[in-house]
This record gives sequence, structure tokens and C-alpha cells, in this order.
Amino acid sequence: MTTAVFWILGPLAAASGFMVFRFSSMARATIALLVSFLASGGLLIWLGLAYLGTVVILMMIMEMVIMAVFMIAYMMNPAGLMPMAMYHNKRGSLAISIAVFALLAAGIFAAPWPRRAGAPPRDVTFQLGAALMGPQMLTMIVLGITLFATMVASVVLATHRGRYDRFGDDLKRRPPADPMRGGVGR
Amino acid sequence: MVGSAPLWAVLVVPAVLAAFTVVAAGWDAVLAARSAGRPVTGAVLAAPLAEVPRLLAAQRRTTLAPDALLWRLGVAAIPAAAVLSAVVIPFGHVAVSRMTVGVVWFNAMEVLTWAGLWMAGWGPNAVLSLIGGYRYVAQGLAYELPLMFALICAATGAQSLNAADIAAAQGHLWFAVWMPAAFAVYLVSVYAFSFLGPFAYPAGRDLAGGVTAELSGPDRLALEAGRWLLLTSGAGMAVPLFLGGGAGPALPPWAWSAVKTLAVLGLLVWGRRRLPVIRADRYAELAWVVLIPLMIAQALAVALVVLTMGGPP
Repeated sequence: MTTAVFWILGPLAAASGFMVFRFSSMARATIALLVSFLASGGLLIWLGLAYLGTVVILMMIMEMVIMAVFMIAYMMNPAGLMPMAMYHNKRGSLAISIAVFALLAAGIFAAPWPRRAGAPPRDVTFQLGAALMGPQMLTMIVLGITLFATMVASVVLATHRGRYDRFGDDLKRRPPADPMRGGVGR
Repeated sequence: MVGSAPLWAVLVVPAVLAAFTVVAAGWDAVLAARSAGRPVTGAVLAAPLAEVPRLLAAQRRTTLAPDALLWRLGVAAIPAAAVLSAVVIPFGHVAVSRMTVGVVWFNAMEVLTWAGLWMAGWGPNAVLSLIGGYRYVAQGLAYELPLMFALICAATGAQSLNAADIAAAQGHLWFAVWMPAAFAVYLVSVYAFSFLGPFAYPAGRDLAGGVTAELSGPDRLALEAGRWLLLTSGAGMAVPLFLGGGAGPALPPWAWSAVKTLAVLGLLVWGRRRLPVIRADRYAELAWVVLIPLMIAQALAVALVVLTMGGPP
């Protein structure tokens, strides 16, 4: 039963990852990538990492849907609606990706895996939280601030109408001048 | 305390979920008849069920150059997400899955509707349907973060991500009582992920049905049933998260779970007919400017209570 799970999800992840480069539709390519991530998340759950696996499933669905929206909007051809390919230099990219896949797969068999010392902790999720909030706290704080700064900066750069457009130069205009009525404060 | 169920119990989940959904649809039909001034008869109650064979027999509509694969996949994902999310809901003393991270799993399966509805909107290659799909993504970006914080509040209160543990942690005081903001946001979000009532915007009448515009026959049945199954699953999860699970006097735990689920479901169905539809951009502003700060304050309050008292009150 448990090996069957691996032999279903593993090839599914690899095959749907490959299909990303076979589909000529942006929407299908994105969903194929999503299926690949879902299968990988399932594998993580199968390995006993329930929290990490579920979070991969949760985040990847949201991320892939948003990616589909943006990729279709910003593709070079009209709105990402024409047939397209997810690669350039077909022969070269195929050769490189097969070589890298083979190298990594060979590494699995060639690496001298250490024997397990001790047993896995009873509550893996708790251990993960303790590690993130304990020894890795500095990493997480730096990561968090970097991500947050990136988000704020990209929103500031992308925003069409800021608070000065809405509330006037002295920020005193009430209600704000908005093209559409409704929302908070109106 | 909560026992693990055998593997065949997985088959029970869709049946139980469907049974509660039929009750909800019947209650909705009663409310519709009442507001229209028609007498409530057996035929009124049976009307939602009578739709099932009609839709199953109906011919499938085709559009020009649809993406049939994504279309069918998206439509099927909605009821599938509802059933998968219900797997972790403890019912009385039984939960089909004792997954330690049940709350996260519920959240992930509810997010599956993002992909499902976007694909269902994209598939038919029709403009109103496509707008409906995009509306749901916009709505999703608005409702999701307050909902996540509401779930975090319940999990922090019980110091567990397991729905059964969360229910067990409410021995003295229901979470709905001492984290009311989280409970309210959760209930609103149930409408949002089942795109019903005030959040029917992706399937709005102004879009001639939006995501449902091009659906007919079994596809329409799957999507319409799916959103009601999601509503039921959301109501079912409210019980262990905020209403003390199966705990209660006199009746056995499964009966209390059923009674509480039906009460939440009845309230949601009643409210669905009372509340106006809200545009996603308006709700996004409310969610990000008001609800997220409110939920962060709620989570902080919960964390402080748990820290100072050493556990939930």
C-alpha cells in the first residue's frame, strides 16, 4: 500500500512536470505544474511530514492560480491565449534537463546514505516549529523582513493610484477621490 | 479520546455530507417558498432533489473551442474539495482522518476551489464564464488571509492543529464565546469559499451566472452541489473549531455534533437569502484594511490568554 503511494505520486509528479513543457496552452502548462506540486506535497505527507506536505499543497494552489492569471496577462503573444511553448532552444534545453535529471537521479543511488541514528520525533510539526522559532529564528526574521520589503516595494512600484492621488497633496481630502465608489471610509 | 475510523469510513464522508446538504437545500427551498408567499408543501421540499435527475438527464452544452480537460477538471474539483475537506472534521467521537494537521488540511482543500473555479471559468472559452472565474480569484485574495487568521486563532487557543484536539480544548468555554471576531470571520469566509449568498459574485446574476453560465447537465449538478457541499463542510468544521465539538448534556456526542452543524447550517442558509452580494474589490478593501488587523489583534489576544493562563479558559 505505502509503496503503491510512492509509485503513483512519484511518476505523476515527474510526468506532469514534463507535461508543462509539452502543453501549448499557458493555462494547461500552469495546471500541469500545479499537479506536479500536488503530487510532491502528497509525497511529503507520505513521508510523515504532514505539515510540510499540506502547506506545499495549500501554498502551491494559491501560487499557481495567481501565476496563471499573471502569465496569461503578461505573455508576449496576445494575452497568453495563442499556442506557445515554455522553452527556448528545444534540443539544447531538452538535453540539459535530461542530463541534470539523470545526474540527480544517479546521485540518489551513488550517495553513501547514513544509517538512521535514533527514531523520528513523535510530533514532527512541533519539532519543525521549535526549530524555526528557536535556532533558525534569525534566518526566519531576515527572510520575513526581506520578503515583506519586496512585497511593499513591488506594490509601491506597481500601484497606479497612491494615497496622494486619493487624499490630495496634504492627505486631507475626505472622502477620497476614487474612480469607483464603495469600500472602506466612503 | 477521538477514535480512528476504519478505511471504509472514507466512503461514509460523502454520504453524510450529502445528507446534511440535502437538509440545507430543503431548508433553503422552505425559506424561498415562505418569502414568495407560497405554501410549504412536500413538493417544495423535494424540489432541490428533483433537480438531480433532471440535470443528470439533461444534454451537455458545448461551446466553440473549449478547453474540455481543464473545464471538467475544474468542475469536478469543487465537490472533490468539499468531500476532502470534510475528511478531517470530527463527528462526535469519530474522525475519519486523525491527521495531526487537520486544520491546515481543511484550509488547503478549501483553497482547492481557487484552482477549480478558475479552471471552470477558463474552460468553456466564453467571456462571462471567464470573468466569473477571475472574480473568484479576486474574492479568494480578499477572504483567504482573514480566514487563515481565524483558523490560527482556534489552533492557538487549543495549542493544536488537530480538529479533535481543538474541540476537546473547549471543555469549559466555547471558542466562539471568547474569540467572537474569529468566529464571525470564519462564518463569513464559509460563504466566501462556497461562493454563496453575499459572496455569489463569481456566479453573479449580473454576469448571467458567471462561472455557471455555460454549465449544463451533470456539470452544472457537480458545481452547484459542490458549492452547497462546501457550505455544509464549512458549517461542520465550525463545530469543532468554535462550538465545542460533540460536547453537551444528555445527548450522545454524535447527536450534539449533528445538532450544532444543523444550527450553523440553518443560520448560514437563512443569512444567504438576507445579505446582498458584495463586490470582490469592496470586500478586498474591507478584508485588508479592517479584517486582517482585527484578526491579528484577535490572535494576539488569544496567544496572551493562553500564555498567561497556561491554556484555554
